[in-house]
Amino acid sequence: MNNPFSVIGGSAVEETNKSLPLEVRIKSLIESSPIFLFMKGSPQMPQCGFSANVVQILNSYNVSYNTFNILSDMDIREGVKAFSSWPTYPQLYLKGQLIGGSDIVTEMHKNGELKEILKLS
Amino acid sequence: MNDIFKSVEDLITQNLPDAKIKITDMTGTKDHLDILIISDAFKGKMIFEQHKIIMNILSERLKTDIHAVQLKTLTFEKALAAGII
Repeated sequence: MNNPFSVIGGSAVEETNKSLPLEVRIKSLIESSPIFLFMKGSPQMPQCGFSANVVQILNSYNVSYNTFNILSDMDIREGVKAFSSWPTYPQLYLKGQLIGGSDIVTEMHKNGELKEILKLS
Repeated sequence: MNDIFKSVEDLITQNLPDAKIKITDMTGTKDHLDILIISDAFKGKMIFEQHKIIMNILSERLKTDIHAVQLKTLTFEKALAAGII
């Protein structure tokens, strides 16, 4: 956590190998950082109000996290929904576990649960 | 009542017979819905599990005519305490 090069806030990541099986691609994205967000757009330019909301909440905790723009890849966009059995975006993952979308993150932000679980990341 | 609201409400009450539901059209386009669900099926469950129940019920609709949902799930006890019922 003391890496001087680590960036506070969200970093949009690109895939390095799209020829791998879809599930491997999805897992390697989710595992690319302890806090990971599938979203529409990027942290700098969200393309959906719900995605923007989750980015804004995460940024308020000064944590670093990776994101992937699901609008950039139809296979990932459809694949993640099946992988997680969760039909909408954004999707926030903590250490590989799906936490939820915008409503859940907002409610956990308000009731203090998010602060607790982000400490563990 | 609007058809899509009615069909979503029916779909949820088929699965959660005790549910009290309030649906609001967020965008005027009838595909971004704000849904408040009060049911004791949520009792003792974490918020993710509560939303998951509703997402599972709506999953087919979310592939077709509904683009986004904003969910609020409450037990009857919580709804009473919040002054919603």
